[in-house]
Amino acid sequence: MRMPPQQSRLADGRLHLHDGPIDLIIDAWGEASAVETAYAAACRRFATILDELCTELSLLRSQATPTSARPSGVVARRMADAVTPLCVARFITPMAAVAGAVAEEILRAMTTAAPLWRAYVNNGGDIALHLLADESFTIGMVDRPDRPSLIGRSAISGRDAIRGVATSGWRGRSFSLGIADAVTVLARSAAQADAAATLVANAVDLPGHPAVRRAPASSRDPQSDLGERIVTIDVGPLAQDEIDCALAAGLDEAERLRRDCALEAAALQLCGRTLLCGVGGAPRIGNLTARDSGKAIRFGELALGLHPVQVGRRDAAEIGGLDGHR
Amino acid sequence: MAEIDDKIRCDACPVLCYIRPGMSGACDRYANRNGELVRVDPHVLLERTLKDGGEVVPFMNRAREWSGDIVNAPAPIVTAIGAGTTYPDYKPAPFIVSSEVDGVDMVTVVTEGIYSYCGVKLKIDTDRHLGAECATVRAKGEPVGHVTTGEYGSQMLSLGGVNHLTHGGKKEGRVTCETLLDLCNRKAVELTVDGGASVIVEAGKPPVVNGQIEERMRVGCGSATIGMFAKQWYGKVDEVVVVDDHITGVLSEHQAGKLLGARDTGIKMKGRRSTPGRYFHVAEPGTGWGGANISDPLEIVAGFDRKVAWPGMTMLMVSTTGDQHAFYRLDESFKPIEASLPENLRISVERIRENCEPALCSVLFMGGAGGSLRAGVTENPVRLTRSVRQALTTVTAGGAPVIVWPGGGITFMVDVTLLPDNAFGYVPTPAIVAPIEFTMRLDDYAALGGHVDHVRPLRDILAQHAKKTPDGIGATSAPERSEA
Repeated sequence: MRMPPQQSRLADGRLHLHDGPIDLIIDAWGEASAVETAYAAACRRFATILDELCTELSLLRSQATPTSARPSGVVARRMADAVTPLCVARFITPMAAVAGAVAEEILRAMTTAAPLWRAYVNNGGDIALHLLADESFTIGMVDRPDRPSLIGRSAISGRDAIRGVATSGWRGRSFSLGIADAVTVLARSAAQADAAATLVANAVDLPGHPAVRRAPASSRDPQSDLGERIVTIDVGPLAQDEIDCALAAGLDEAERLRRDCALEAAALQLCGRTLLCGVGGAPRIGNLTARDSGKAIRFGELALGLHPVQVGRRDAAEIGGLDGHR
Repeated sequence: MAEIDDKIRCDACPVLCYIRPGMSGACDRYANRNGELVRVDPHVLLERTLKDGGEVVPFMNRAREWSGDIVNAPAPIVTAIGAGTTYPDYKPAPFIVSSEVDGVDMVTVVTEGIYSYCGVKLKIDTDRHLGAECATVRAKGEPVGHVTTGEYGSQMLSLGGVNHLTHGGKKEGRVTCETLLDLCNRKAVELTVDGGASVIVEAGKPPVVNGQIEERMRVGCGSATIGMFAKQWYGKVDEVVVVDDHITGVLSEHQAGKLLGARDTGIKMKGRRSTPGRYFHVAEPGTGWGGANISDPLEIVAGFDRKVAWPGMTMLMVSTTGDQHAFYRLDESFKPIEASLPENLRISVERIRENCEPALCSVLFMGGAGGSLRAGVTENPVRLTRSVRQALTTVTAGGAPVIVWPGGGITFMVDVTLLPDNAFGYVPTPAIVAPIEFTMRLDDYAALGGHVDHVRPLRDILAQHAKKTPDGIGATSAPERSEA
């Protein structure tokens, strides 16, 4: 039986929207009435979003090529637009950008409806950001959703170009072709970040390594957009040089994507090692600092969709994955 | 929901996932469990019933509203199972639930603790010798614990603890963690004791020692057995020896026999006489009769005093469970010759067996709520400890009652059979993840520096999470994930 989309306000005031596989945690800052208007707009837009996507699900699950048919839905188009520039010489489907695209669309509905100072729509760790120039967010990173602890954080200012954050890895909800524990990407949009994180995580790999257990995606999920492609099921112990080698392969891909403006910065995590891309050299890009033991923030569990509900407003941002500095 | 082969088509949302058995759909909320579509929300809401210390029943959204009555109504309690945790724990625990009860806001701080300091205490009901005290206990060849004290009708093993989890080799830590997890989740685990036995342990099931199922737990020690059955034996047999590796009993010398006027038989026992009719150390410990290393009970008899004993004298030898027994008659040379057991004695042996309790393995998880876990509950962690001490705060694990050790910290033990299935998890640190709940009055919670801002009304959580638990069992170990 089709469960209708659900909306609820968390005790701390944040908005939680849920429909099928989608869980959104939304927070907005602005005049009180503007925030309410924005939340109402988010709910209205959310009501049909999953149904829209499902009408062209088979197209969205197919490999993107330069000549692929263009989907008709607004969110589906955001997905296609995010992956099409990346599809040459790579396997990718529009589904790689679905979470980010949904977050972006809801955020667009909110910011169109009311003036907000800043806002975020967190779709299981794929986050769309709205920031006025003087606003900022701090994002926490978690590599292992099964043992969440903060491995780094990034401050994003409204003056940066970054409006999307996404994390991908084999431990997450979706399959990965690679072995990265987590690849966190900052990009100009959430859909772009989502797609790029998927590709970088796929590239962190050690092909043929005996410690990596793999299986056809279809054996796990008959409808996976990855079909018969071999996905990572488990990663056993790896030697230090193997970890470095896998991360280096991912970094190459991240650098290529950065040159193509598909991402602004990335942090690649594997077995406790972190490599950063696009950090330091470019000022005004979020300061990704690995191993920051600073204030706690995380979105690991949100990335898993396990804990769509969290805690109070004062610390809401910390726990939900975003921390405000105003 | 339509079934196609072994897959299920979930129609909870328009994605219409096909879900293979043991897998969940794209949402991670619905899963295929043995061909049935079940909801596997991370939160398990238990309705506490009077049965079985918290048997679980499905809880539906449309179920009766929370009446605020904690006495008469089956109250849904929120357990920490699947709550996740927020280590490092200076962040508020994932779920801090408030529900109004009798006008008092109750608070349950629900978290899953990651316990690097944890282990299990095993009580294995058996007379068989599992190994010497302090002997190393192994799983998959790795040391995971040791044999500790012998207790009444049972042998205690202590497994895990921070030393095995962190101090040994990497493999030792991993195997220890696996062993603890399996034992806590009520799976069978094979353990071997250095210089001792191999034993298969499963919570709530009889132990299997060296391939033999232990069915009965002794009715008492050898001496106690004499005391219990002396009257039934007196007049039917001249001597009874209850073979027990710890305390072997001899009827004619025992106080019980003396009181009945039993005649001296001149029996000479091996071992050391403790008090009349009670012998220690008649043999070495083993897996034979009465937990001694003997298969022939006459091995513990040194002989008979010819001045006192007489040819034709009868003797029953029996173990503390009645599982083994033999009947003898002395010949002209005072040699005991085995004979068939007379019917009237067979009944007494049967009665020993009848009075034994089933032998079981008991598994108590023991863990310490460290400072950081407590910090998930309150900004002032030590106050939580004090509050538990003052009985203002109740500690439960997966809704099950716990024993909190006196002394520092919040170190508790819980019978793993009282928790729902698969309530325990692990992290590769290695450490065990176990649910823990702290329940207290809201004002007490505020007083101890609780994260009051983060308290969420129970109805919010119920509304969002309490759909149902599959067939009434809290399935919290999420099946493997798949993508839409």
